Amino acid sequence: MSTLIVQSLNALLNTAFLFLIAGGLSLVYGVMRIVNLAHGNLYMLGAFAMVGMAGLAAPAVPAAALIALLPVAALVVALVGAAIEPALLRPLYARAEEYQLLMTFGLLLILEDVTKLVWGPTPLSASTLWSAFGTLTILGSDYPTYNLLVIAIGLMTAALLWAFVYRTRFGVMLRATSQNRRMAQALGINVQSVYVLAFAIGCLMAGLAGAVIVPIQGAVLGMGVDALVLAFVVVVIGGLGSLEGALAGAFIVAVVRTLAITFFPELELAVLYLIAALVLVTRPAGLFSRS
Amino acid sequence: MNTPAAAARGTASGTAPAAAYAYVALVAALLVGFPYIASSYQTILLSYGLVMAIAALAVNLLLGYTGLLSFGHSVYFGAAAYGAAFVVKYLHVVSMEAFLAGGLLSGLVIAAVFGFICVRYTKIFFSILTLALSQVGWSLALKLFWVTGGTDGIRVPTPVLLGGVFGAPDDKVVFLAHRYYYYVLAVFTVCAVLMWRIVQSPFGKSLQAIRDNEVRAESIGIRVRRARWFAFVLSGMFTGIAGVLWAPLNGLATPDVLYWPFSGELVFMTVMGGFHSFSGPIIGAVAFNYLKSYAVGRTEYWQLLLGVVFVVLVLVLPDGIMGAWTRLHRRTRREG
Amino acid sequence: MPLLAVEGLRKSFGDHRAVDGVDFSIEAQRLISLVGSNGAGKTTLVNLITGFLQPDEGRIVFDGQDVTRLPVYGRIKAGIARSFQLVNLFDALSVLDNVRLAIFSRDNKINQVMRLAERDRAAEAEAREVIGEFGLADKWSVAASGLAQGERKLLDVAVAYALRPKLILLDEPTSGVGTREKSFIMDRVEAVVRSGGLSAVIVEHDMDIVFKYSDRIVMMHEGRVLAEGTPQEIVRDERVAAMLGRREGERGE
Repeated sequence: MSTLIVQSLNALLNTAFLFLIAGGLSLVYGVMRIVNLAHGNLYMLGAFAMVGMAGLAAPAVPAAALIALLPVAALVVALVGAAIEPALLRPLYARAEEYQLLMTFGLLLILEDVTKLVWGPTPLSASTLWSAFGTLTILGSDYPTYNLLVIAIGLMTAALLWAFVYRTRFGVMLRATSQNRRMAQALGINVQSVYVLAFAIGCLMAGLAGAVIVPIQGAVLGMGVDALVLAFVVVVIGGLGSLEGALAGAFIVAVVRTLAITFFPELELAVLYLIAALVLVTRPAGLFSRS
Repeated sequence: MNTPAAAARGTASGTAPAAAYAYVALVAALLVGFPYIASSYQTILLSYGLVMAIAALAVNLLLGYTGLLSFGHSVYFGAAAYGAAFVVKYLHVVSMEAFLAGGLLSGLVIAAVFGFICVRYTKIFFSILTLALSQVGWSLALKLFWVTGGTDGIRVPTPVLLGGVFGAPDDKVVFLAHRYYYYVLAVFTVCAVLMWRIVQSPFGKSLQAIRDNEVRAESIGIRVRRARWFAFVLSGMFTGIAGVLWAPLNGLATPDVLYWPFSGELVFMTVMGGFHSFSGPIIGAVAFNYLKSYAVGRTEYWQLLLGVVFVVLVLVLPDGIMGAWTRLHRRTRREG
Repeated sequence: MPLLAVEGLRKSFGDHRAVDGVDFSIEAQRLISLVGSNGAGKTTLVNLITGFLQPDEGRIVFDGQDVTRLPVYGRIKAGIARSFQLVNLFDALSVLDNVRLAIFSRDNKINQVMRLAERDRAAEAEAREVIGEFGLADKWSVAASGLAQGERKLLDVAVAYALRPKLILLDEPTSGVGTREKSFIMDRVEAVVRSGGLSAVIVEHDMDIVFKYSDRIVMMHEGRVLAEGTPQEIVRDERVAAMLGRREGERGE
């Protein structure tokens, strides 16, 4: 019974984490029709930024307070994104779609080594932050409190994002631009700033995902490339461009992973990729897409 | 276009035929004489380059000629390499020709299955689908370690060429830098000629038509999906051949070569050389190989170097090396 | 037996009934004009006949064969070819290659993987012949994107013609070109209809052209056939007079 509760909570944890990273990818595609192959490495950047800052601040503050650095790390990645979009992506909008895949692949390589340059080649850990929160007893099982916080952060981000996209004026502009760029321009919307902001938000989510996961599993080079394909699987299942889809897809993938790790760990990854391929073949728009 | 080397090069537009043949003959002579003028290390490096050139040509069959960007070619390459390793490990056969047959077959079968799924889509969805499917291969190689050796991989020993007709090789390095180099050169030439003929054939023309205007192609009776699938299978087969040739050079079949960033490298080579021309991918593959070896040897931040090169390439030289060369050539000849 | 018989054809896009119960037939070696105001359903009808759309209801019988469920390539094999309203060519290929490709497709040579396309003398000769018939002989090596609009329209028709169809459907073959070029294009079309033994259905807005070249006129309005007949019959038709009267006022392009 206790393992069931722990596994369920783990599935929720994975859902939150996957939503954060896949949601950003989906948002960027939905608004800008760009598939960012470097998205995974932006997530990695967030992880390393968090662990780096935590390392610097650790002697001065109690471990639990380091949690305040999470949004800072996310912001750092958002700023990087805000610099990348106008410099490297904007020149390609007029060209064939394939060029953005090529460009973002180049960015992937660059970010991988920039991360190594800044933080070194060895894996880094921020587990003191994780353990500082201790455990909570849920229905008779002990579960790390930090993990529960991550679940909460994930849900909160989902809610905030939903409110932002569907309740604010900027959200209206965002949706208008994603549906019809030319019409949006004709209505006086500054598409360029919408794009930069959308990309920055996508990066913010990726950075937050990285920052949030680092106390649990540490930061290691190559984690971005691994995570990207997983993010793709989520987004393909849920539907590219749909936030609700990203949440639903994240949940499905999280549950499949949790089940797979328990029952057939060797095929865990293979099963996920096959599901993604299956969805792409039967319902290419995703299970929950609007169009 | 009679000599294989000439066919493999293609002509830059506007070059007088005599000059083109001379140019090609020079390159052919250089390739044939290479082991005698360069060191073993250099020759082995060039072998790697020629092997990647076959794979890059295959990628370009889909990208440049059919308009489909595949980010999943690592699976055809890697599966064939593992195929060779399996032939050694489980069938105890070390014949290179057996490896090649296996590689060709594995490339054909996997590409036929994956291609059937993928060619129903285009553009971004196609690319992501190829990536996702190739990752199935990678994850299986990684996790089923009792079959595939996991991250350690499987050893691929020195194979026997042409049934041992030239006698047993003594030193491995000498073998690789000499006999094996010529074997690779020969297979490369055959593959390049075959692919050249394919793109020059009515089928090849129909692929370009599909690339340019799918609706129009359909409206003159071309069966678009079937043609794409056919191109996909051919591409997978040639990539499989490349994977088999690579295995003895590397000595080991490992999951890295199934991992999706390797597919990205293949695309990188194709784009760097220029995917609008036939010979672009060849140049791109050889150049990329040298660039990567140089970078890896000089700095641990070689991915940064390669990444910057790629970004600059995409922004400034989308036609790649061949594109820039052709433009330069045209300007200096002041064509009418 | 008519070459083409369309029975009870219906096609809707959501609530909009683009083609709402169309019946008509075409004999061999006729030049038919399909006219009507914008939105009357002409292009949809062409798409249905050529296989780019599937009808919700109805049948299409071509040369004695029910082609309603045949995919596009099947209809081309049966003998139906088309051009497009917005000129649709292989812009990067030369005029010769555009036509030659149609010939390869027609002769099932598309599957030839090891032959060199340039070496196919028969295909090249035929392609040159077709190009010549359409007055594009001296532009054979020019890329399709480098042609003038009128020449592109001609090439579009030439490519469809190279398929040696029994029925050719041309969607606004003279739109966007000057009067003299219009006559040039239509003269060519008429010539291939008379000499080539094929029928042509032409979607056309220019009434002068329609009356000058057509054997029969089919007038559509809101998805249905309003009137059908020879030019003389159409002129005397009251419903048509009302439509044409409106059009007279609009004309002045």
